[in-house]
Amino acid sequence: MAENAREAWITGIGIVSCLGEGADVHWQKFNEAKPTADVTTFAPYIVHPLAPINFDLQIPKKGDQRQMENWQRIGTYAAGLALDSAGVKGKTDVLSHMDMIVAAGGGERDLSVDSTILSGMPGAPNPPAFLNERLMSDLRPTLFLAQLSNLLAGNISIVHGVTSSSRTFMGEESAGLDAVRIAVSRIGAGQSDIALVGGAHNGERPDLIMLYEFAGLSLKDKFAPVWERGSGKGGFALGSLGAFLVIEAREHAEARGAKPLARIASIVSDRRKRQPGNVTASLEGLWDQVKDRINPKSAAVISGATGANPATAEERAFLEAHGELAVRATGSYLGHGLEPQFPMNLALATVVLQHGSLFPPCDASGLEKPMSGALNQVVVTGVGHWRGEGLALVEKVV
Amino acid sequence: MASTKDKLGRPIVVVTGVGVVTSLGAGKADNWKKLTSGESGIHAISRFPTDGLKTRIAGSVDFLGQPDCTAALSEQLADLAAEEAIGQSGLGRPGDFPGPLFLAVPPIEMEWSQRLEVGARSGSNDKVTYADLLRVSEQFPAYHGRFLFGSVADHIAEKFGTRGSPISLSTACASGASAIQLGVEAIRRGDTDAALCVGTDGSVNPEAVIRFSLLSALSTSNDNPQKAARPFSKNRDGFVMAEGAGALVLESYDAAKARGATILGVVEGCGEKTDAFHRTRSSPDGKPIIACIKNALEDAGLAPEDIDYVNAHGTSTPENDKMEYLGCSTVFGERMGKLPISSNKSMIGHTLSAAGAIEAVFTVLTLQNQLMPPTINYDVPDPAIPLDVVPNKAREAKLKHAISNSFGFGGQNVSLVVGVEPA
Repeated sequence: MAENAREAWITGIGIVSCLGEGADVHWQKFNEAKPTADVTTFAPYIVHPLAPINFDLQIPKKGDQRQMENWQRIGTYAAGLALDSAGVKGKTDVLSHMDMIVAAGGGERDLSVDSTILSGMPGAPNPPAFLNERLMSDLRPTLFLAQLSNLLAGNISIVHGVTSSSRTFMGEESAGLDAVRIAVSRIGAGQSDIALVGGAHNGERPDLIMLYEFAGLSLKDKFAPVWERGSGKGGFALGSLGAFLVIEAREHAEARGAKPLARIASIVSDRRKRQPGNVTASLEGLWDQVKDRINPKSAAVISGATGANPATAEERAFLEAHGELAVRATGSYLGHGLEPQFPMNLALATVVLQHGSLFPPCDASGLEKPMSGALNQVVVTGVGHWRGEGLALVEKVV
Repeated sequence: MASTKDKLGRPIVVVTGVGVVTSLGAGKADNWKKLTSGESGIHAISRFPTDGLKTRIAGSVDFLGQPDCTAALSEQLADLAAEEAIGQSGLGRPGDFPGPLFLAVPPIEMEWSQRLEVGARSGSNDKVTYADLLRVSEQFPAYHGRFLFGSVADHIAEKFGTRGSPISLSTACASGASAIQLGVEAIRRGDTDAALCVGTDGSVNPEAVIRFSLLSALSTSNDNPQKAARPFSKNRDGFVMAEGAGALVLESYDAAKARGATILGVVEGCGEKTDAFHRTRSSPDGKPIIACIKNALEDAGLAPEDIDYVNAHGTSTPENDKMEYLGCSTVFGERMGKLPISSNKSMIGHTLSAAGAIEAVFTVLTLQNQLMPPTINYDVPDPAIPLDVVPNKAREAKLKHAISNSFGFGGQNVSLVVGVEPA
């Protein structure tokens, strides 16, 4: 970011996860320090399923809900919470110049159609004709719209009326990081005044578990917090979560009388080819870009570590080298949600900054240490399980 | 000596390299020759059996061999286009491009051949479920990296040595234009002096064709493939899915001049406006499209009368072409009857995520050559949308500024204004 960049304030957050929805429930559960996960539904694979949500509260039309699959419902719901939190819900004058960057995967499958084809096609007299016939007659026409990555943004526009720009970034963890980075850069340079940024993930999908299980990265059999998953391959438990932030130029927020939850003082990202030591080196390079702004006495780290190695082991090495900062990995509670993980952790950084203190450790491996003093700054890390590294510095606005 | 800032005091963004692959061929020389001779790249699909399909034609890129999957072909197409664009620009060194990558790419997903392969390995000979696939997934480690959404961008970033975290993006059928817009914005902010903007799409596979077919979006003129894409014609009946890639090297004017680069064109303005009306249809009043085009003109510091040519989104669906007419005729007024507007898609089909980038490349070539490619298959004009579509035959014209439109599902609208190098 340029030195003379405009300040980017977070003025609204909307979060949902296995813990529930909103800042208070997340704060409360983190303080209880008793993470739980679902070890049976997709056994042996572990997931963090979405807490019960009444989607009607943010997506009033059933017709809209029917046009979506769950990842879109989660995201549209969280986006609505963020707009409420920022006090701009329904305010057309603001929403019509609100820019949007959504970090999304997509591709939710119809599991029963897939299973029918997988079962019947090998023995069919004309297998390709069988495939065509089943897809033509069994796929719901609107399923495509529930699969398209950019249709979470499309649904948010329709349901909540966010109508300036709409961009969707794909690419797993990096998508969430870069969505925020680009939004903040645009605001800093005066290309945008207010932005809705975030994403959503439905972790309760065997097709997605399979994608990560190709690399043997899915957490199996026994749940443990992310730092306690050993020095071997480790693994992550997919989480269902949605996280959106309203980020705006300080001037814009002040003009409409909005209060800041926090300031994004810096956000940087990189991509290093993954070879041993490169994640640690990449994080050190990013750290050098933010370290001068950090006061270690009142700062902590919220880590997006997934629990899958080598990425998590290398992030741990980086964090140990900066041991003066207390660390918390929210993935122990929320699971791993890929695209929205970084926006979620930025939102959670605003939650702890609002409380002015950090929640207790949840880690028997000794990396997470108690922190008793006041908290004014949070460094949020985001290390992709496969590619992409990033850091953000989030501060209390005083 | 031209001013080095635009009318709004921002760095001027120029194009110093372009690359393109479509069903017409690889490279801009071949493409431009065919495009301006009115040649169609649309043909019967031979990549997979089309038994039982309503649409059996596409503008698939078949000269690169049989692809493993959409992800692999999209990567190959992006690779070729980027190589050509960077080569022409002469910027950086091989494997060391001094700027970020913005890549418009179709959503990446595993396809049926892989799913069936994993299913077969599971040994389950009755009902096959995802539980069966999961049991043997670890035997297919390569599919993890292949089917991540970021995999194509990662490959391009690695091969060409672009800087920082590459952006993979989707704004549906406007994606290629959004990639360019992100590059323009980054240069205007002073974040970088150069950017590599690529749009790619290699999605002609059975499920993708069927998905669009089930939405009744595709032409079913299977018997005469080359005549199937008929933008702005009265008898237009849908778009033709197609493949390809377009790549542009963008630079700040100052940086390009300082290294003595040849300037191919200027990206003068970008506009966008989201439509909240419907997931697949435009607001009937056309307001978002109108605002999008106006935003692009305003961003370029130009008035409607400054525009000499429109590179249409022109998909050949009844809905799009009507709405594009409404948008353009509202912004350009009575002049729209005489303002040339042509659709590259009449020849190359709709290249989806790549379209905005490919058509921006063709817009640059249109200005460079002062020659407008035609809208072919314009045999039955639609009296409801009277336009000069540069019917059937390319035409020379004196052109300074052109606008390229891209509209997509999900309310996505992006327009780019491209101009010739400032005198």
